[in-house]
Amino acid sequence: MATLDIRLKRANKVYREGEVIKGALVVTSKSELSHTGITLAMDGTVSLQLSAKSVGVFEAFYNSLKPINLLNYSLEISKAGKLPSGSTEIPFELPLRPKAGKKLYETYHGVFVNILYTLKVDMKRPLLNKDMQKVSEFIVEYAPGEKQEEKEVKFTISPQSLENVKDRGRVPDFLVSGKIDTVNCCITKPFCGELTVERSSSSIRSIELQLVRVETCGCAEGYARDPTEIQNIQIADGDVCKGIVIPLYMVFPRLFTSPTLATSNFKVEFEVNVVIIFHDDSLVTENFPIKLSRF
Amino acid sequence: MAATEDLNWRPRLRQYDVELERLSLPREDSSGHHPLMGLVALVETASTTKKTKLGAKGSKDTVSAPPPSDPLQDPLSISAAADPLSAALLDPLSAASAESSSTFGAKKTEMMNVGIDETFEPWSSKRTSILSTYTTSQRIPITTSFLPSEEREKLETKAQAAAGDKVKNRLEQLDDLEDGSVRETLNLSQVEYLRKIEELNVSLVNHWDNDQRVKALKIAIQCSKLLIDTKVIQFYPSKFVLITDILDNFGYLVYDRIRRKSTIILPGASKPVMLPENFTSDQVPDSGKETCRNWFFKIASIRELIPRLYPSLSPFSSSSSSLFYSLSAWFFPDSPTLSYVEAAIMKCYSFLTNKEYTQALIRLTKMVRGIGDPLVAGYARAYLCRVGMSIAPESRMHLLPNFTDYLSTYSQLNSDHVQNTLGLQGLEMSQYMHLFWPAVEWILQCIAYKASEATLDDVLAKIKENVVSAPVLNAVMNSFKPEYIAQKATMFSDMVRDCEEVGLPKYKLYVSLGNCVVAADPPQKERLQLLNSVWKTVSKLTEPGVRVYQLSCCAEINKNFFQYVIILLFLSLQEYIQCTQVWMEYVAKHFTKREVNTLLDDIIKHMTPGRVFENHYPELVSIINRILAHMTDFHVLFSMDKFLPFMDLLQKDSVKVEVCQNVVKSFIIHQEEETSDPVVINANMYLCKVMHDHLNALSLDDERRQIGNLVIGFLMKVRPLTSWSVQLSVKTSPQISFGRDFEQQLGFFVEARASFSNVDSILVFLIQSVNRLAMETRRRVKGSHTRKTAAFVRACAAYCYITIPSVDNILLKLNLYLLSGRVAISNGALSQGDAFFKAAINSLKDVPQFMEIDRKRQSTERFMVEYFNSFLSTLLTVPDNPDQQALYLLRGLLNGLNEYQWSTSTDCKMRVYINAICLLAAACQERYLYSLEKVDCNDSLYAGDPKLVAEVAKLVHTLLDQVMEHMKGLNTTLELKKRQSHLALRLFASLFAHVELSEQTNMSSLLVNLWNLACKHRTGDGKMLVGYHGVVKNRGARVGGHYQELAEQLSV
Repeated sequence: MATLDIRLKRANKVYREGEVIKGALVVTSKSELSHTGITLAMDGTVSLQLSAKSVGVFEAFYNSLKPINLLNYSLEISKAGKLPSGSTEIPFELPLRPKAGKKLYETYHGVFVNILYTLKVDMKRPLLNKDMQKVSEFIVEYAPGEKQEEKEVKFTISPQSLENVKDRGRVPDFLVSGKIDTVNCCITKPFCGELTVERSSSSIRSIELQLVRVETCGCAEGYARDPTEIQNIQIADGDVCKGIVIPLYMVFPRLFTSPTLATSNFKVEFEVNVVIIFHDDSLVTENFPIKLSRF
Repeated sequence: MAATEDLNWRPRLRQYDVELERLSLPREDSSGHHPLMGLVALVETASTTKKTKLGAKGSKDTVSAPPPSDPLQDPLSISAAADPLSAALLDPLSAASAESSSTFGAKKTEMMNVGIDETFEPWSSKRTSILSTYTTSQRIPITTSFLPSEEREKLETKAQAAAGDKVKNRLEQLDDLEDGSVRETLNLSQVEYLRKIEELNVSLVNHWDNDQRVKALKIAIQCSKLLIDTKVIQFYPSKFVLITDILDNFGYLVYDRIRRKSTIILPGASKPVMLPENFTSDQVPDSGKETCRNWFFKIASIRELIPRLYPSLSPFSSSSSSLFYSLSAWFFPDSPTLSYVEAAIMKCYSFLTNKEYTQALIRLTKMVRGIGDPLVAGYARAYLCRVGMSIAPESRMHLLPNFTDYLSTYSQLNSDHVQNTLGLQGLEMSQYMHLFWPAVEWILQCIAYKASEATLDDVLAKIKENVVSAPVLNAVMNSFKPEYIAQKATMFSDMVRDCEEVGLPKYKLYVSLGNCVVAADPPQKERLQLLNSVWKTVSKLTEPGVRVYQLSCCAEINKNFFQYVIILLFLSLQEYIQCTQVWMEYVAKHFTKREVNTLLDDIIKHMTPGRVFENHYPELVSIINRILAHMTDFHVLFSMDKFLPFMDLLQKDSVKVEVCQNVVKSFIIHQEEETSDPVVINANMYLCKVMHDHLNALSLDDERRQIGNLVIGFLMKVRPLTSWSVQLSVKTSPQISFGRDFEQQLGFFVEARASFSNVDSILVFLIQSVNRLAMETRRRVKGSHTRKTAAFVRACAAYCYITIPSVDNILLKLNLYLLSGRVAISNGALSQGDAFFKAAINSLKDVPQFMEIDRKRQSTERFMVEYFNSFLSTLLTVPDNPDQQALYLLRGLLNGLNEYQWSTSTDCKMRVYINAICLLAAACQERYLYSLEKVDCNDSLYAGDPKLVAEVAKLVHTLLDQVMEHMKGLNTTLELKKRQSHLALRLFASLFAHVELSEQTNMSSLLVNLWNLACKHRTGDGKMLVGYHGVVKNRGARVGGHYQELAEQLSV
């Protein structure tokens, strides 16, 4: 059967504001194809979801905040006509420019906030034939800007430094020191640091790095701050040797992280937790808010 | 045919020198220039003469003495330097055979090896040794979701326990309900486990090929998870090997896929081509880079450390939607695969940048520190080194940190975790340490490969900072170049003495050290100290509960060298003998026979009680071989009084014979001149006797031949002298002493015959040596024997006469009779010569018609014809015994011809008769054509006496009758008629050459008849007939008379 596909010139589908998206529509069909119009629409939207915490479960389920439209552009590719059999390529070019007053944020797939850019091609067919459609996502990134300063953070975790401890007696004696290379992280570079277990009376089962996104969505009733885990990377497995320096290394996943974003309607922020899990399943966490940026 | 009654055969009188003059061609002097002179030089060695080609440069270059030749070698083989075929070292077959592994993965790793040469022991050989060493009989658990469907239905589903509720939700959200979520744990025996791993491997490849790369990745991840589990810890190294095979496989698949996707369009070409083998990152198109990046991102998001380390992978899909889905599917909260997976696809970094390797390897090295279990960490490091070695052998910065980190994990050995594991699985610490050994060896091998001495110093420093443990030290000694180790030999021996004996018994360390100092020499002044210290420490090796041998042996105080006392307490003789084996070579190489003797004595004292030597034959044989390799002066070797007692320890026949063979072979190779040393000779005789006595009726032909050759080789080098001529050194005047020498030699041969009567070839050699002795004597006296020498020659003849009947092979016997007869006659021992000939004639009846010659059943007829011809020509030189009838030997031979069974399909007998006629003609001449020097033959007895001629004529008539009879019988079929013609022609020719054609002889008509018969059914194209006719005509023209008439009567 006939297929419709969008092929972008760039292999990695990453574009910046102001660039021109070049590509081609590829129509493949065994026989001649007649259509009554082909349109290409480029769409960029921020969709927000209410969190259950702020408005209650059912409210969140039924209502939703209006999605913010960042860009909307439509192009008529072709009026009614016939396409020959085989594979036909129709090239197109679209400028990537936001609507007035809006700024193009980076593509981000989150839990409560989703910033999505798509290209949708519609081919209308004459009667008795189903219309054909294809949606293809592309990624938007910020243009080069100023570099952030690196800010190193040293930390020490010991029973004394813990907050939120209910029963201090049960906490084993341990001392973990380390540093984070910088909490102002570049999203393209991995998150680096080091950690040393100086001593521990209870044997350690695992040390993990947890990347957490904190999304804040606003609505009429108030704001809700929702942290959710993105990924959990194990740094040490088993009872590690005391006194040796263990590296912290985590690569930021591409679609699920974006530079730290704060707008009037929503906020997207990130944090990293260093989690130490002991043999008896008790765990100790140290939290580091980080600022991600593209450069 | 006419009968011969009216024939009167007379021999044609010949004048040999006139004929010779007439027949010879003109000659001229060659003025010393030979066309080949520039190319060939004659090289004389002590034992053989060889012609070596020097090249066209010229013969003036001095030729260095070629190495002593092994007489058992093929004389046609030229030296390796000149051999063009051996110069090309690339042998495709041997390279292919080095890949012994059967699984897909390991083979692919070999293919990725760049920049490593043969000095680096490849992973494949290590792999097989690990698999065979680390086995278990316990049941091994395996957790995987990719099991064949029948088994899955049998088992209940078990969901893996999640670390927290949040995570569990995610798992349920994202995982498919297909085979991905059902994970079972089976307990398998080792064989089943291996099979299961193989199935996983196959299914990984299948999924990949079917474009289900996601599933393939999951399999890889689950396999890496298996490496975390250290239950059934003895199996861990083998498990490591199997699973890393799968990961290699996977890594290769990913790499290949990205490479295929990265088709580039070369400028000027229209078709896209794949990337070449060694590409740089700028050659990679964007699509390839993107795919590769995707893979790495995917891995980076694997949660668990170990799986993240091992495989390294990324999504491969082209469209963005599947990219999205596949990324989300990678939230395996409990999938510990990152480290291994990343390492497995390290090579894909080459798609991104050129220099990422080193950085990546260093980063991964640091990551491994996060692994808590020291065994898992050790093997992860070994894998890292292996991957690093196979893709980027030039980047070596990560190797030493790997090693250092490994050493630092020693402190964990006392931790609870390790102790618990040991307790649970019932292991001792030494067994646990033993498990580390392959990983450590591999890491050190990577470090040591083409490393400098400074690296060794670094490594040693690092080891000393931590605990010096036996496996590590052993690995260091085995990996680094022996030269480096030997330089520091004393230091190493101290370290070995002081190190802890956990995980590896100490004697193994001594063996390694011994190997190093044998391969490379330690500094001169340190050698003795080294020996001393090693033996001192070896003596302190103790282990409870085993027999203890106490022995003290003092060596003499030699003022230049050393004094030492050896007190040897040995527990397991196995350890002792292993150490001794290696160190014996060291002693043989650097010290004198006294030390070697002492050591041998020591070994004998240990091995004798309780006949324990029976268990250690291979080691004892190897000790002797090593001694032989380094002590080539056999006088010294045999003068060690403990050498032969040591050989007596080898009481098993086959072993003893093998060792004797080695010693004698070595003797033959290294002893260049003849020896008359009684010690050497006696010792070798003893050895040869042992070998000889081993042969029996069941021995293989080959063995018999080999032993025969060895004994002959030895006998050739013997030249026994009387004691006083030894003292005088051989340069005494030959006239005085040679007689004694020869008698000694004959006496020696008599002895030899007594010892080696079982092997034909030896007997033949002895007989021929004795004959040579006789001829040598003759040469010395220049033909005129004194009474003494004549007696000696007779003694030689007697020896031969007695010995020849012992030879089995009848053909050899006949030849020897003839040869010995000739020797006897030429030395003037006429009656002995006659006896030989008579004996030969008597033996004729023993010749079978068919014999196995060269493993083929052949007729002996051809040999016999030649033999008879040879015999006949010999008889011309033999003077008749005046007591007997004239030419009685010849008559005897002719009678003896009937003894042999001639075949009816050939006319060989007649040919011999015809040749006999020729001989008889020659015997009638006044002066014979040839004779032996200083031996009167029949021409001086008879000088053409008419009575002799009459006798001879009678004989000839008899012979002619026989031939004619025979020819008459050949008258039936065409085939036979052809033979008849052929025979007739021969008879014609010989008669014509030797008969006197005159009125009296009446031979012309016979000749004409024969000619006509020959023409009737002639074979071939008759050129011979034309030739003969020409000869007849010539003679007719020259001589005239009857010949001319004859010539006219013949027609072609």
